Amino acid sequence: MTTGKEKLSPAVKKDFRHIGLFGLVYIVLALLISNSYYQLIMTIVPVWAVMGLSWNLLSGYSGLISFGHAAFFGLGAYLVALGLALWNLSPWLTIILATLTGGLSGLLVGIPTFRLRGHYFALAMLAYPLALLYIFEWLGYQEVALPMNREAPLAYMQFENPFFYVLISILLLMLAMAITSLLSHSRFGLSLLAIKLDEDAAEAAGINTLYWKLVAITVSGAIAGAAGGFYAVVLLVVTPLAVFGMLVSAQALIFAMFGGVGTLWGPVLGAFILVPLSEILYARYAADFPGIQGVIYGVAIIAVILFAPEGIIWKLRSLMKPNLGRVLGTSASQANTDIDEGLLARHDDKAGQNILTVNNLSKSYGGLKAANDLSFSVRNRELLGIIGPNGAGKTTLFNLLNGFVAPDEGEILFRDNSLLKLKPNRICALGIARTFQVAKPFAHLSILDNVILGAYVHSKDKDEAQQLASAAIKLVGLIDKCDSPASNLTNRELRLMELARALASKPRLILVDEILAGLDPEAMENVLEVLRKVQLLGITIVIIEHSMQAMVQLVDRFIVLDHGALLAEGIPDDIVKDDRVIEAYLGKKWLDRDE
Amino acid sequence: MDGLQYLENFLQSLVAGLLMGSMYGLMCVGLTVIFGVMRVINFAQGEFMMLGMYFAYFCFSWFGAYAFFNGVWFPFMLALLAGPALFLVGVLLHRILINAVTGHKASKLEAEGHYAQLVLTLGVALVLQNGGLFFFGSTPVSVSNELSYSAWEWGPMVGDRVSVFVNQAQTISAILAIIVVVAFGLVMARTRLGKSLRASADNPDAATYMGINVDRCHRVAFGFGVAITAIGGGLLASNAPFQPYIGTEYVIIMYAGVVLGGLGSVRGAFLGGMTIGILQQVSAIILPNQLQNTIIFVCFLIIILFRPQGFFGTRDRTA
Repeated sequence: MTTGKEKLSPAVKKDFRHIGLFGLVYIVLALLISNSYYQLIMTIVPVWAVMGLSWNLLSGYSGLISFGHAAFFGLGAYLVALGLALWNLSPWLTIILATLTGGLSGLLVGIPTFRLRGHYFALAMLAYPLALLYIFEWLGYQEVALPMNREAPLAYMQFENPFFYVLISILLLMLAMAITSLLSHSRFGLSLLAIKLDEDAAEAAGINTLYWKLVAITVSGAIAGAAGGFYAVVLLVVTPLAVFGMLVSAQALIFAMFGGVGTLWGPVLGAFILVPLSEILYARYAADFPGIQGVIYGVAIIAVILFAPEGIIWKLRSLMKPNLGRVLGTSASQANTDIDEGLLARHDDKAGQNILTVNNLSKSYGGLKAANDLSFSVRNRELLGIIGPNGAGKTTLFNLLNGFVAPDEGEILFRDNSLLKLKPNRICALGIARTFQVAKPFAHLSILDNVILGAYVHSKDKDEAQQLASAAIKLVGLIDKCDSPASNLTNRELRLMELARALASKPRLILVDEILAGLDPEAMENVLEVLRKVQLLGITIVIIEHSMQAMVQLVDRFIVLDHGALLAEGIPDDIVKDDRVIEAYLGKKWLDRDE
Repeated sequence: MDGLQYLENFLQSLVAGLLMGSMYGLMCVGLTVIFGVMRVINFAQGEFMMLGMYFAYFCFSWFGAYAFFNGVWFPFMLALLAGPALFLVGVLLHRILINAVTGHKASKLEAEGHYAQLVLTLGVALVLQNGGLFFFGSTPVSVSNELSYSAWEWGPMVGDRVSVFVNQAQTISAILAIIVVVAFGLVMARTRLGKSLRASADNPDAATYMGINVDRCHRVAFGFGVAITAIGGGLLASNAPFQPYIGTEYVIIMYAGVVLGGLGSVRGAFLGGMTIGILQQVSAIILPNQLQNTIIFVCFLIIILFRPQGFFGTRDRTA
């Protein structure tokens, strides 16, 4: 995260200049306009742009769709309205309180709701504002009017000249944009993007997904609370339907999706096109067609989904530069090609000692024993192969080791620390990295950005992360390609990139899951070569594979699994002659054949 | 109030809950069919219910004046007719819009099209409810006849002190709802069509290889889902006044029931909807009217947060 001491990155500075220029033009434009209706529209448009940014900060970046942003908006609006109506509190104060309330309620909503993913999350979010809507109706606040304060209008944010509302509104928007820019160019942006692309992979790469999601919903809620609070001041009347209603959440979503999901300018663009359009049509046709605003928003969002699923900005970008992957601005062409690969080594564990000890580990799914009383250990700097037929429980074992799955029984010790009950990102931080059987690349990101995500675990800042990532990419031999998007890679390159991502977290132990599957002999030899280089750095490797051939030349030692249990253990020469292993692989008949 | 008074209130609410719950259950079945076969969260389901209601209302006001149609059965017949009418709407909508983000198209989209589907159906919901405002007006309307105001008396029991009144219109609606659910269950279980629908739900690719037209199955499933919920809406129409925005609150009720029963399970959805109906009515004994729906939303949140796989479902579908 950006701290006060740190200098702003060039990308953020550029954003700030654009935001400043944009605000200035808007203010000048507002000064030229004296029609109070247009001034009102010029006040409302930025408020909705702020709501779009608020939604975007959570849902646009993390991919968790919220249908409930009205909850934060409505709480803010009611706080300001009731504050003035009941306790004579100035909106200057209550808008700040509304911001805090929005943030706090975001946090409170996030803690339970982030247990859910996908459409379950979206549905759950829908329920919060609707529950609040009925509660406020029941409390008797069907319509709260903000009383006028004739004595001290300025102290109560009541201006005679509507220009000042436009001014506050645009300043609010500029603030929300600045926050978005700062966050999206920090670790926050990359972490949320990783969550959006693949939450499991993000967690295994050492990203504390829950933490970042909570940061996102807290900031997002705070921004929505501020928008709601100011909206109450502008409209002077607050009703449950107007601030908690479905349309509020929908509008926030629609502006962001229409303009461009996960961008700084998208939500602003969306609001600046759709709000005036619907307001003007509403003013003209409302008498005959009262629901025209909702219809426009509905049609807009249907059109976006059908023709530009990620919004106008992305569509324009892909039309102008069709070959460009969705590369983040953080790192293009910043890989250090002269980096020393030794950066990845730690050199603090002695060879031969046990780095990982597994005792009596068991896990069943219903009647299926995926891990059955497993005990083994892994020695420092060795290359241990885990083999076994399909369904032997190899991947389950990795899932147990890196914290995706909790064991029913047994213990796992890593350098004398128990790993039980640790989340995958903590385990990664302790020094266990992994790759996946089905590669989980962040397809829209460049190779460098993919790997930087893994490197953040062990770096204080972006520079260090970039150094680590460069070293890892160089080690696996992809340094020439580090700017191309992961979606353009061959199977071999994908596997190597995954390996680099795991290496960038400076692991002591790396779990490699079927990295050779489906590779041709040449590619296989290349990958084996890289693995040997990794071992030479002093990193312990545990590799799963079901073909024994390639592994025999590579590994120091084998563990053979069958039906979740340890079948045999030993050096390659012994294992290939072991009757039990041959039986498990080829069946009893094969074994009897020679006898 | 003494104990017997409470008992009477409780029984009265329980009966009302069972009757309302049957209609909710029916609507939940419609929603779950779409999810079960297509894996699509349909946000516009509340609006299809609303369309079913207005179908019944307009047919009632156009034809109700004729002697032939003014029997007490007419509103119920219209509710059932809303099924085929909205089936066509559903099939058409699937062909024009929904198909673009589901089925084979979905695999090319981010997160298998889940977001696109949610947002697209949200757009459809907005267009339908606000368009409804234009075509139907914002004044609440209802389809009622003398049965809506008549009740059978059950009792008096416990020495003349406890009587339960069972609304006749609601009872007939509930029975029809159960008949539709059972009929649909039989279609799914026994017919060739049901088998292909279930096959395309279980494994679309394998179903394609077996010669099943999965796109057509999806279209039919969407039509069925819309039609069943619309019948539920038509039955509810003879119960209470409604306006074009009614869908939003019912979509939560429907999802509460469906999630309670386990997304994708027909039996679970009906039982889930039934449970929600009972909960809503019984909670009215102790809670003020406005909070009846809040209790449902809170229950929905509790269920989805702590047991997202539901209670009645046969399969885990939290993924």
